[in-house]
Amino acid sequence: MAVTLKVNGKPVSVTAEPDTPLLWVLREELALTGTKFGCGVAACGACSVHVDGEITRSCSIAIADVAGKSVTTIEGLKSADGTLHKVQQAWIAAQVPQCGYCQSGQIMAAVALIQETGSPSDAQIDEAMTNICRCGTYPRIRKAIHAATGKAAAAVQGDA
Amino acid sequence: MADNPNPNIEEAAETPPKKKGFKRRAFLIGGVAVVGAGLFGISLADSNAAKKAVTLTTGKGEHNFATWLKIGEDDSVTIYSPHTDIGQGSNTGLAQMLAEELDAAWDKVKLVSAPAESAYANTGLGRGFLGEMTGQPGIINGIPQSFLSFIARSMNLQITGGSSALRYTGQVTFQMVGAATRLALIEVAAKRLSVPASELTTAESRVTHAKSGKSLRYGELAAEAATLSLDNEPALKDSKNYRLMRQSIQRLDIPSKVDGTAQYGMDFSVPNMRVATIMAAPVRGGKLTSVDTTPATAVKGVEKVIKLDNAVAVVAKGYWAALSGLRSLSPQFSDGGNAGFSTASIFKAYDDRIAKGEPDGEAGEGDVDAAIGAKPVEAKYEVPYLHHAMMEPFALTAHHKDGKLNIWGGMQDPLASKMKAAEVSGLDADAVTFHPMLIGGSFGRRLPMYMEIVEQVTQLAMQLPYPVKLIWSREEEVAQGAYRPQSAARLRGAIGKDGKIAAYLNDYAQTESAESETTFIYDLPVVARRNYDYPSNQITGAWRSVNSTQQGFYNESFIDELAHEAKVDPVEFRRRHLKPGSRHLAVLNEVATKSGWGSPLPAGVGRGVAIVESFKTIVAHVIEASVNADGTPKVHKVTTVVDAGSIVNPDAAMAQIEGGTIMGLSSAIGEAITLDKGVVQQSNFGDYPILKMADAPLVQDIHFLNSGANMGGIGEPGVPPAAPALANALFAATGKRIRSLPILMQAKA
Repeated sequence: MAVTLKVNGKPVSVTAEPDTPLLWVLREELALTGTKFGCGVAACGACSVHVDGEITRSCSIAIADVAGKSVTTIEGLKSADGTLHKVQQAWIAAQVPQCGYCQSGQIMAAVALIQETGSPSDAQIDEAMTNICRCGTYPRIRKAIHAATGKAAAAVQGDA
Repeated sequence: MADNPNPNIEEAAETPPKKKGFKRRAFLIGGVAVVGAGLFGISLADSNAAKKAVTLTTGKGEHNFATWLKIGEDDSVTIYSPHTDIGQGSNTGLAQMLAEELDAAWDKVKLVSAPAESAYANTGLGRGFLGEMTGQPGIINGIPQSFLSFIARSMNLQITGGSSALRYTGQVTFQMVGAATRLALIEVAAKRLSVPASELTTAESRVTHAKSGKSLRYGELAAEAATLSLDNEPALKDSKNYRLMRQSIQRLDIPSKVDGTAQYGMDFSVPNMRVATIMAAPVRGGKLTSVDTTPATAVKGVEKVIKLDNAVAVVAKGYWAALSGLRSLSPQFSDGGNAGFSTASIFKAYDDRIAKGEPDGEAGEGDVDAAIGAKPVEAKYEVPYLHHAMMEPFALTAHHKDGKLNIWGGMQDPLASKMKAAEVSGLDADAVTFHPMLIGGSFGRRLPMYMEIVEQVTQLAMQLPYPVKLIWSREEEVAQGAYRPQSAARLRGAIGKDGKIAAYLNDYAQTESAESETTFIYDLPVVARRNYDYPSNQITGAWRSVNSTQQGFYNESFIDELAHEAKVDPVEFRRRHLKPGSRHLAVLNEVATKSGWGSPLPAGVGRGVAIVESFKTIVAHVIEASVNADGTPKVHKVTTVVDAGSIVNPDAAMAQIEGGTIMGLSSAIGEAITLDKGVVQQSNFGDYPILKMADAPLVQDIHFLNSGANMGGIGEPGVPPAAPALANALFAATGKRIRSLPILMQAKA
């Protein structure tokens, strides 16, 4: 079936079997490989994107269910002039990624959390940030989220 | 009966791999026969390898130095790394080391993967190995014997493992290459400026003559400098003059990992490419006996079902079609005689072997049987198979066309991967190219000892007219792992009248000896380790810090038990058994101070300590933990002290210790691979739980003691003390000793 949706602000039309997960359409049809395959069962969050602003695990939502909706991926976070999103900048400042494979999903989850809460508490971070990172970058993810929201920026700067 | 249900397994392990179409090369390091080779292996101007390295990498206006370095006339500095940066930051560290000695301008430095060619086999590691052959064993301290054995067998050295990148490649090769190249650049500058070399200084990729105020760019000196033969033993900088090393320079790979542009093996794409996914025999060792391919070919997008010896693969236009096709099949597999293996049968076999008392190997000192006495303190510990669970499942793309085979993706040894593909395809090694890409985690899983994915994708590519990307589903990844061994140990200790340990005996059973990754740090009169070997049908391998995880858990738990028995504080008890003035004692004392050991804690919270040396680095954790209402453990704080000798990039080293600690806690709390009827019972993150943000410690307070000892590893040593420190903390909190991991499974039982 042909499906029309918006990806990173641009209308796109794709042809895919209706049960194809959004993840594989993004990666294989639209060449947006920043969104990662990790588990296929919505358990790890490596495939997290925003669908109409909601954090969504794209491996477990069918393309038919996102028809007409607006999808934002990691590639769509930066502004038109190429400036990185403040969360991406905080990720660099805190040197968060190790292998980096889960980090697109982590960043998308963090952006959604910040959009929803403004300045999340540790408890809100614990509740919302359920993506798996096997390298164990959680302390730096937490630090970067706080830094991006103006909290504890000094802790990030002063870390060595 | 605990006898091995499949007696063929031990025999099979001894059978050398089949070789076809690939001639074993002579023992070459850096492509040059060892005898007579200079430090860089490659310095002989007429060596074919040097010529090949130059051909592979050097374009117009670019000049190669000692294989690993290229300087452009535009001042660009390109460093070729034989290591795979899996996120541990080692490539940035290697670049810091070379650029430091070269006095290169950091913003002109870039580091790329060395081509997977013999010309770029890792001379630094090779030299480490050579150290043993030439009677200078010091150089190989801390590289596990399992790696050395592998190295000795194949010599296709581009391995990343054993926490070796900076210790060996960095110190043995890259600093030397930087220093020697700097001297060559100075020599050319001295000639051009007609001044003595001693009046010249270097900084920021320039050679400067202060007296005359003249200076020359490296780029304008490079062409002539590249024609000089390099000094084999250049003097290195005094560390007090470092400008790049010991600095927390931002990692080179991070920007592309936050904007989605980083390209991992999973992300590779080429026109006309198809995608395949695969299912191997659920009972490892089994074969594919039959499969009706009709249901898969009825799935839209599926193009082909390919039967392999022990697996079935579905090739389709995309992953979803391939997976849907595979799931529609009901393939039949034999069990290879392995259906008798279960978690319980393996533990039973371990118990029986230990009880029988005929060890396969022994280490230690003193007459332990006499000293242990009739009534030793005794405890039995058990740990399960562990899965690596790297976030990027296996994915390799291969294309066979016009007699050439190209493979793209990430493995921990690109050169060995190439050789394996040559062997499987029957092609000459020169017809096979492996293109290394970024790796989404590995922790030992992508080492060349178990490269089924390379074999599989090669077999698929050899019978397909188009490129094919083979992706393992997460389910395949979990069920077909190369696990940390399931292991059991019986520890016995005797406490003398002086309250000190008089004898200590560690009888452990698993696939094979753990001796090469076991450093027993305590200074005891009588101590012994005895291994009882029992292979199952599972592949066991290197899992971050290798055998140090289970051995660390056994020894640091049992020392705690002995302290309890002797009624001595656990830190004080350890102190009494460490050599005065030792690095271990310094680390222990520091972690006690930094953690506030002995200070009051809230009710229900306990404090536990553990100290383990692995890969020549000593790490001690003090963990504060309690038990949640639902019985699960809660880690509040981890205080860590590390002595890795010296550190190249402090912030990157910190990240490794943070992550290693969390991986150690994750495995201790929730992870286990279990077997029933020879089949792995776990399938995805739902039943193989990885620690998440909410359960990670809120506070990790990490300190480095730079003792100045030889550089130790940093990627692995944070892991082993985490499990015993947590178990000891929970004992302090509850009085209940944890002797079986993971903690959650024990809580359920």
